[in-house]
Amino acid sequence: MIAFLVEPLDYEFFRRGLLAALMIGTLCGLIGVFVVLRGMSYIGHGLSHAAIGGAVVGITLNLNFYVGACAMGLLATLLINRVTQNNQIKLDAAIGLVTTAMFALGVAIISKLRHFRQNFEAALFGNILGISDQDLIMIGGITTITLVTIFFIYKPLLFLTFDHDAARVFGIKTGLVQIIFSFLLTFSVIASLNVVGVTMVAATLIAPAMTARMLTNSFSRVIVYSMIIGAMTGIVGMYLSYIFNVASGTTIVLFGTILFCLSLLISALRKNMRPIKF
Amino acid sequence: MQAISFNVDSDSAIKLHNVTAGYERNIVFSDLSLEITSGQFAGIVGPTASGKSTLLKIILGTHPVMSGAIHLSTRSIEKAPPRTIGYVPQLDSVDWSFPITVEEVITMGLHDSGRIWPWPSRAERNRVNELASRLGVYDCLRQHIANISGGERQRAFLARALINNPRLLVLDEPTSGVDIKTQHEVLHLLGDLNSEGITVLLTTHDLNAVASHLPWVICFNKGIVAQGRPYDIFTNEILTKTYGGDIVIVKYDGHFLIANSTPLHFRDRHP
Repeated sequence: MIAFLVEPLDYEFFRRGLLAALMIGTLCGLIGVFVVLRGMSYIGHGLSHAAIGGAVVGITLNLNFYVGACAMGLLATLLINRVTQNNQIKLDAAIGLVTTAMFALGVAIISKLRHFRQNFEAALFGNILGISDQDLIMIGGITTITLVTIFFIYKPLLFLTFDHDAARVFGIKTGLVQIIFSFLLTFSVIASLNVVGVTMVAATLIAPAMTARMLTNSFSRVIVYSMIIGAMTGIVGMYLSYIFNVASGTTIVLFGTILFCLSLLISALRKNMRPIKF
Repeated sequence: MQAISFNVDSDSAIKLHNVTAGYERNIVFSDLSLEITSGQFAGIVGPTASGKSTLLKIILGTHPVMSGAIHLSTRSIEKAPPRTIGYVPQLDSVDWSFPITVEEVITMGLHDSGRIWPWPSRAERNRVNELASRLGVYDCLRQHIANISGGERQRAFLARALINNPRLLVLDEPTSGVDIKTQHEVLHLLGDLNSEGITVLLTTHDLNAVASHLPWVICFNKGIVAQGRPYDIFTNEILTKTYGGDIVIVKYDGHFLIANSTPLHFRDRHP
């Protein structure tokens, strides 16, 4: 069994991928709790599409993949915040329009310049084999920055997530906290692109949080459980990807979904096992 | 709208001077002047869309005024709302599926205690325990907010509002969605807090609860229709002016019964 687990570690691409998946799982587990509880589950999907549009524009302009992706992701975040500010446009509609328009721009450029096709497919479904030192540094940096920032803004962010209107009365600078969180979310989505791919980012973000929610009613525990589940999903997903020789994004998402189904089962069993009160 | 004022003087906890408020081009009320004295226990009553919520929002500092001035105690609201306010939101707006325990809800009020660690200090935990004991929610501190009774929920949010020792407590519809017994419990508790020197201002739709528990009432409909003791201002004239409908008031031995429409058999007997 140990040999079975150790054997893939002989390959450098697997070690890199495993480390990347571990960090991305932890990162998405943390950010995902706030995404799910704020009813923004669609945002991961939208932002990843906008980022890809931005990456393509960036490469066309001879810039780094991440520069274009970050620029377009942040622009999308700011536009979504601006469009939804006066409550006339709902969040889901704003995400749908803004991010799809940016993705469409990327697709239009790809259609014009055919040589993008191969990289584009890797970005869609995840390319764990291609994780470079630069990618690892970027993922590590974003994970560290996000963990530290969430640590410092935990209390106002929790208040804002739970009770937005009361948070303002209690003196929280809701606009500032919202912008900080949006930036962290955008960076997290971009960091996840190479590991799980555009099409799988949304599920990677929300699955650990949904699973953790089924296991506890305490917010602080949901955060801890979700990070552990996210990290575990990343590691197991990577091994499954190696064993079955399929894209890492798919195995990470499928394993995350299996864990969620198990948590549903555990939750149902717990309810049935509660003593009946007369 | 002409305001009928009974008696307001002494130190003011809240003072609105010629305030006009609304949303874009829709003015909800204009040139409103109102004073809530320190130590007062007052309720704002009025029909739906009368501007009660807007009034509360501008007092809380979460909605801007178009013109006029607002003073809370000795400080005027400019950008940030003052921390001397404790606020209990309408519980209908709370997401009860949110994974949070009663203890976490109360601790939330300590977000700006200056402590950087996400978890509370021993002193903060003691403060939470002490307040929870006092408000009767100590036994449910570890429980999920959806798994406690309506009265306990109201008291948990009251504890969050009180954790910073506010001078002014503002509550949005604290009597909505709870049974009569819980309504009485909550209003008695607010009365006790008021007797300790906390100014209490609440909005409600429940005229009978106001009549039997609150010493001061403000009838509001796009402006102040009247304010004073319930016994003085709960008259047919004022309530009809406030609600624009047929309202029956039965007064007996210092108690009230207010019905929002006249039953036919009652009209026949008391034309």
